[in-house]
Amino acid sequence: MPRLSAAARHTVRFTLNGRPVSGQAAPRTLLSDFLRHEIGATGTHVGCEHGVCGACTVDVDGMLTRACMTLAVQVEGCAIRTVEGLAPASDRLSVLQAAFRRHHALQCGFCTAGILMSLDVFLKAEPDPSEEAVRDLLSGHLCRCTGYTPMVRAALEAAAELRDVQGKTAHA
Amino acid sequence: MLETPHDKSGGWVGRAIERVEDAALLTGGGRYLDDLGTKPGTLHMAILRAPHAHADIVSIDTSAAKALPGVAAVLTGADVAGLTTSLVVGVKAPVECWPMAVNRVRFVGEPVALVVAQDRYVAEDALDLIEVAYEMRPAVVDPLAAMDQGAPLLHDGFPRNIASDRSFRYGDPETAFAQADHRIAISVRYPRNSCTPIETYGLVAEYDPHEDAYDVLANFQGPFSIHAVISRALKVPGNRLRLRTPRDSGGSFGVKQGIFPYIVLGAVAARVSGRPVKWIEDRLEHLMASVSATNRATTLTAAVTADGRITALDWDQVEDCGAHLRAPEPATLYRMHGNLTGAYDIRNLTVRNRVVVTNKCPTGLNRGFGGPQVYLALERLVQRIAVELGLDPLEVIRRNLVPADAFPYRTASGALLDSGDYQKTLAAGLAAGDLQGLLARRDEARAAGRIYGIGYAAVVEPSVSNMGYIATVLTPAERHKAGPKNGAQATATIAIDPVGSVTVHVASVPQGQGHRTVLSQVVADVLGLKPSDIRVNAEMDTAKDAWSIASGNYASRFAAAVAGAAKLAADRIAERLARVAAAQLNVPAEDVMFAGGKIAARSNPANAVPFSRVAALSHWSPAQLPEGVAPTIRETVFWTPPELTAADADDHINSSLCHGFIFDYCGIEIDRDTGAIRIDRYVTAHDCGTILHPGMVDGQIRGGFAHALGAALLEEYAYGDDGSFLTGTFADYLVPTAMEVPEPVIVHTQTPSPFTPLGAKGVGEGNCMSTPACLANAVADALDISDVRLPLAPAAVAALIHGAEPPAPGGARAAPAPAPSGKGERLMRGAGKAHVAAAPEAVWAMLLDPDTLAAIIPGAHDVRKVSDTKFTADVTLGIGPVKGRYKAQVALSDLDPPKAVTLSGKVDGNLGFGGGSGRITLTPDGTGGTELSYTYEAFVGGKVASVGGRLLDGAAKVIIGQFFAALARKAGGGAGTDGGLISRLLARLSTLLGRDAP
Ligand code: FES
Ligand code: FES
Repeated sequence: MPRLSAAARHTVRFTLNGRPVSGQAAPRTLLSDFLRHEIGATGTHVGCEHGVCGACTVDVDGMLTRACMTLAVQVEGCAIRTVEGLAPASDRLSVLQAAFRRHHALQCGFCTAGILMSLDVFLKAEPDPSEEAVRDLLSGHLCRCTGYTPMVRAALEAAAELRDVQGKTAHA
Repeated sequence: MLETPHDKSGGWVGRAIERVEDAALLTGGGRYLDDLGTKPGTLHMAILRAPHAHADIVSIDTSAAKALPGVAAVLTGADVAGLTTSLVVGVKAPVECWPMAVNRVRFVGEPVALVVAQDRYVAEDALDLIEVAYEMRPAVVDPLAAMDQGAPLLHDGFPRNIASDRSFRYGDPETAFAQADHRIAISVRYPRNSCTPIETYGLVAEYDPHEDAYDVLANFQGPFSIHAVISRALKVPGNRLRLRTPRDSGGSFGVKQGIFPYIVLGAVAARVSGRPVKWIEDRLEHLMASVSATNRATTLTAAVTADGRITALDWDQVEDCGAHLRAPEPATLYRMHGNLTGAYDIRNLTVRNRVVVTNKCPTGLNRGFGGPQVYLALERLVQRIAVELGLDPLEVIRRNLVPADAFPYRTASGALLDSGDYQKTLAAGLAAGDLQGLLARRDEARAAGRIYGIGYAAVVEPSVSNMGYIATVLTPAERHKAGPKNGAQATATIAIDPVGSVTVHVASVPQGQGHRTVLSQVVADVLGLKPSDIRVNAEMDTAKDAWSIASGNYASRFAAAVAGAAKLAADRIAERLARVAAAQLNVPAEDVMFAGGKIAARSNPANAVPFSRVAALSHWSPAQLPEGVAPTIRETVFWTPPELTAADADDHINSSLCHGFIFDYCGIEIDRDTGAIRIDRYVTAHDCGTILHPGMVDGQIRGGFAHALGAALLEEYAYGDDGSFLTGTFADYLVPTAMEVPEPVIVHTQTPSPFTPLGAKGVGEGNCMSTPACLANAVADALDISDVRLPLAPAAVAALIHGAEPPAPGGARAAPAPAPSGKGERLMRGAGKAHVAAAPEAVWAMLLDPDTLAAIIPGAHDVRKVSDTKFTADVTLGIGPVKGRYKAQVALSDLDPPKAVTLSGKVDGNLGFGGGSGRITLTPDGTGGTELSYTYEAFVGGKVASVGGRLLDGAAKVIIGQFFAALARKAGGGAGTDGGLISRLLARLSTLLGRDAP
């Protein structure tokens, strides 16, 4: 690892939702601040900056990561996915996002980005989860609006739909 | 597809269509405050906050902070006071209320200074350079103790810390009590908590010196009565304070009303620095110093007949508003004033309301607002009546409910319950939730030796507040002098553009409730359009938009008042468009209908013109408007219900316009070993009048239920006796997760309100009122106890089952649980042993030598010898997430060379303060080495205590372990603290704590 000087800003390069990006960060700049204010990807939110609320959750090289507990300089060369990269096209929603909308699984939407990222990664590893498993995963996030159940339903329905699509492509 | 094809029969209102808000929010396209760009050159504000609950500010030295490169301005309370006037205080008293402490701090977290700098990181660096000297005062945190003679006084203008003391009498309570068969009382405490939206406060402020005008963008939620409070504080007329809100807000639940003192600070900072200033609150700031619900101590007594009829109530409420009585407080206490008899037909009432100040964060709006406090007492009392009279609690509820044929029903203290059929809602709830089944489950569980209880609650949920209720805190004479206050002006504007498309604007400031979707439904129905044809803008700009003092998102006023106003505005436009179309269709206006994007003759639907064509006429060709028809370009409606009159001379007040009804019951099981409560089933039956959007109504119920569950079982803003704030992170202030919140059985009945344009009532706060009481009643039933304290966290419940836990035995391995000290800070005690490979005399010499101490005190630099037994040092310590620099004073006493010495010390820094003492005993081990044994007692306060509470005991052990390990190393021996396991554990812990392992 290169030695970084606390006083200087350093160039950080990584891919964000498949596209190369770069920006300048001081060694102490949080990844959450860097994504939002330097790169301009404001979809990732900050709710606590101490790793509990989950609002800032992003996917770094396939690992769910709290952006508020990560320094920007740590993601040099990584592949990051955020909520901005979930939909298949700018005027469409992903299966999971659409299920969230159908089930009224968001109100203010502030917690939603982190939750979608967690579920997105989770459902890839666990395509047929139980309600208990979904609740367990969601317990890494705080939502003050919804009471969570609509999210659980949306996740289970999206999982079923994704399995369906998978099944069809597999048999095609 | 956003919508299904228009089903003409039903209309759009009442259907759970998908929300127009959601696509942007789901894809990262939200426009929350911190997502909006700022002007180039915008500076960032950070706030230095008091570490002490009550202290005089002796001096503030900002010179080092000002000298830091990148810092534009540093302001203290005196600077802020020089440019503003005190915020208005909610009662008539010679008391000031500043957004930043002037001379004295009165709660942990109170702003003491602010820094404006090029970015937030630099601003926070500068905070660390501000030196504040405090002189401590005793603090008081308990509202009842605050009224004691001799209690520390917060404000000279509030004798005995009482800001207001009013008594009320309605009906003939004396006779009712004299004739009652029973007199049954209960005392309850409602704890401090808050709905803690996931988005914190944020603002961007600008000042124009030429026009002496402020422009503030903030995620404020209203009520806009606060606009007047802010402009007054800034010493400008209202038209020189432009207050705007962003499109999206990350939740509020009342809480974002409390941003207003920071709006004043941000505005002043912008004025002084000559640049736009942005501030985003962090979570610690939010938890310790934004705003909280009131905690309340209530004693409620009922006069009861032998068969369980309540004939009179006697309320004694002591409301704790924290350190300052900020507007609109003491509104929490008076919001329910018309509803102190709840859902019951009780004609006689006495009330004593006292408002006290304590050394805690000031209070403000919070979901439920007064309801949770009132119903915890009232519904607990109903349960006690049942127990004491040997009746079924459900039967006591039934015998006292307001009868179905009594509406509109005037309560003893003046509320006009608009509509309802409580018996019907109750029956619907019982049927849908299968109470019989639940009772059987209780029998079964109890037969098997398990702990199971059933609780009930019946509440009236008021909505659409009367702006005049707050004046009930004044005496009738004072009110007379102040002039009448009443009403609840709601407003909506509908505009039609030159191509005939429709835009709606409201001043409702949604915080995630989906107002834009509902309004599109309401207006689409009136104009025969689809919701997707209507664009709704709910951003607020006081310089351009129609608004009133009552605007904003509070008191569950949207569905009842704002959506109603939009309906009225649409009706007015439609009425005019009908007359325009009638001329074109050649039919009388009464025969005109709006459907399917057309305006048509009802008698011959083929005779039709496109809506947009008629709608645009006022733009293109006003001369063609029929005689006497006003243009249809823009219509603004202000609507206030006539029922919301001012309080009368006998203090009757119709505090709210609408009154929903909720009947809840639940079955809970308590784990005998852990005290954890499992909700077996929770049933909540609502009547919120006409339902505009079932999905959103259920969303409000679930969300309110989750908040209430947190308040009942987990959440409390905890304070030490000295006022230290102990819950500064989401790891300390526990809010429910998906694992704790079950899905309630939701039941609806609908009795439209006769007083609102759409028949709707508020629904968003009801479960915050009913659920804590219902769960508390279930626990009372399960454990057969009368005194139930919230929150019912597992440890507290276990103590109810098993008695309080005995103190842990002493010894190195068992540091006792942190207990409040006499002074109330976080107190830690512990003991341990270490071995050093040097003789006691050598160890003794090391302990007295500054150079050695510098090398072995963890994180010490710059140890200076003041005298033979006194040292000062700078120490860097990391406790939990907080690593900081402290000034330490160390003294040695009770010297018994070379056998024993007492080391005591004090540390002080920006992150907190602490102190303690330890006795070290040196014994020769017989082989040339020394056995050291030690006991210590230490306390910690300030930010460290707020955020590191859970970690303090571990951290203390680690730091002390490091001290002896370093001593052992320095003495040249390899031996360290006792026990390999403990050493390894300490090393692990210290890594976790962010410090280098010794
Ligand atoms: S902001 Fe990162 S977990 Fe809360
Ligand atoms: S939707 Fe508001 S916090 Fe989850």
